Amino acid sequence: VTTAAPRRTAVAAGLLDKPLVVVTGKGGVGKSTVAAVLGLAAARRGKRTIIAEVARRDDVSRVLGGTGVHEDELAPRLHHISIDPEEAMEEYLVDQLPSRALADVLLSSRGFSYFAAATPGLRELLTVGKVWELAQEDRRTPGAEPYDLVVLDAPATGHGVAILSAPRTFADAAVMGRIARQGRIIDAMLSDPVRTGVVAVARAEEMPVNETLALEAALPESVGVHVDLIVCGGLLPDRFDAADVRTLEAAPPTRPVCAALMAHARARAQRAQLARLRRRARAPVVALPFVSAAMLDAATIEPLVRALERAL
Amino acid sequence: VRQRLEGKRVVICAGSGGVGKTTTSAALAMGLAASGARVAVVTIDPAKRLANSLGLDELGNEPRLVDPHRFAGHGIVMAGELWAMQLDAKQTFDELVARLAPDAAARDDVLGNRIYQQLSSAVAGSQEFTAVAKLYELDRSGRFDVLVLDTPPSRNALDFLDAPDRLTGFLEGRALRVFLAPTGLAAKVVGAGTGVVFGVLRRLTGVDLLDDLGVFFRALGGLIDGFTERAEGVKALLADPATTFLIVSSPDREPVEEAIFFRGKLADHDMPFGGLVVNRAHALDGADEADEDALRAALGDRLATKVARAYAEERALAERDAAAIERLRAETGDPDPVVVPQLAGDVHDIDGLVAVHAHLFAPS
Repeated sequence: VTTAAPRRTAVAAGLLDKPLVVVTGKGGVGKSTVAAVLGLAAARRGKRTIIAEVARRDDVSRVLGGTGVHEDELAPRLHHISIDPEEAMEEYLVDQLPSRALADVLLSSRGFSYFAAATPGLRELLTVGKVWELAQEDRRTPGAEPYDLVVLDAPATGHGVAILSAPRTFADAAVMGRIARQGRIIDAMLSDPVRTGVVAVARAEEMPVNETLALEAALPESVGVHVDLIVCGGLLPDRFDAADVRTLEAAPPTRPVCAALMAHARARAQRAQLARLRRRARAPVVALPFVSAAMLDAATIEPLVRALERAL
Repeated sequence: VRQRLEGKRVVICAGSGGVGKTTTSAALAMGLAASGARVAVVTIDPAKRLANSLGLDELGNEPRLVDPHRFAGHGIVMAGELWAMQLDAKQTFDELVARLAPDAAARDDVLGNRIYQQLSSAVAGSQEFTAVAKLYELDRSGRFDVLVLDTPPSRNALDFLDAPDRLTGFLEGRALRVFLAPTGLAAKVVGAGTGVVFGVLRRLTGVDLLDDLGVFFRALGGLIDGFTERAEGVKALLADPATTFLIVSSPDREPVEEAIFFRGKLADHDMPFGGLVVNRAHALDGADEADEDALRAALGDRLATKVARAYAEERALAERDAAAIERLRAETGDPDPVVVPQLAGDVHDIDGLVAVHAHLFAPS
């Protein structure tokens, strides 16, 4: 039997004070929902927050009802951006080069576009560079206001780590030059546990639990930060005790009784996986209840926000 | 599912992550092998327990025969052979380079290049390409009657379909020619390019990165023809009438949307759609309201209330899932998807596989 561990979860208290929180986890675990929930929780605490998604997925804005247009305000103080590497490239060049005309020369050059498309990891670097830019006190985008918190809805785990280590890879490969210098600056933030927090999203199932544990073990080495909080979503209510189950098993197997036993078996399997996750993970684990709505909206997301708030 | 796979040589299970693709692939392969075929299942990232229960060696990048005795106690008689492998993307890429390189020096140039090492391991898309490359190689070997491929846990299944095109498009297109021509970009990049573009590039990237890139592109030059031919072969295999794509989904919103999207992409690419498998469906056929009085009489008030609530939730889920399946049916044009109900137990062992297999191969 698992019970909430209030003292342990308090460890995640400072999470929303970091300028960047990366939400990661493999597909199908509700990562975008958790990013939206975290963003809402932060915005309600008065933080000017932006949720950043990668490569035009727009899942968060679907959850919260936005359009995916740049730096949209979805709720009071809660903004959203879907980062497009091509646009990030344009912004970067305009920012870096002495004139807009020079940037245009580069952007319209076929050789340059080949170079950009062919360089492995460049898209990741530009994407994460934009995330870094969003998190700066002094924004490089002309006229842009700073955010207190950037929540990055990172691509699925494997790629999520790749995206975080892109700046270092580039810095190492380039050794010198401007990209190397910038790669190091960005990496200094991403590998600093004081400035970058990581939330791993899991489900109480075999594979997601294994992947979360593997991520937690690999992150300090591969990126330099650690998992601050594990959010385990989709927990079914565990309402039958051992005596109930004995009674149900002895009762005539009507549809409701069979359905109840089935739900119980699934809830039990989840609790066992959740217990395993809690036992083996170093980070605190917060469990979120299952939400049956086909589409999350402002009302159905509310219990999730409340459940997460208690851990922060 | 059996008639959908009739006469197929290659079965590709596609769909978003977390919908049970690996289990579905393994259960399909097991069923086909049980009925007499020699089947190889290529898994990408199986749960450790599933891998163990199939006896998959983590190091091998070649199919291994699964000991038929593993199934003996589970009511499955192997008339054919089940082979299984776990894809190692990096190793497959390395093997491909080694095979296509004109000589040992060219091979070592590519394998030792830092840019290549990045490309072949960390970067998105390489898993997709290596998966189809391996599939192609196994198909060409003629060792198996049927190949079942579990696709990578990619959010965007498009990466998978486009993998051969992306690589050849880049390689055979002007891109590489520009890089490789004696006066091309690589030369300019590595040498003293004087154009505005290259001056700016140098300032941005520094010299070493450009050097690495130049070496990478030149080293790759010797492999172009092999890569192009290989990618063309892979493309042809994906579009072959003996190939079929099964789209695997769950009734959840995101996988459903992804399945519909992918179905459209298959049509755009003229690739053969074999049907839908919907896993984890809550099913309560013809379930009506609970008779609460009868429940109370049988279980007492307290327990009856809890059972009624659990039942109401199950019904709500079953209704939601039925609606999702209806939507999938309408949008993908598969009138009769194979539905595998949500199973109570874990599916990462032989028992789980057998349970999924029973639903997949049930007579419709």
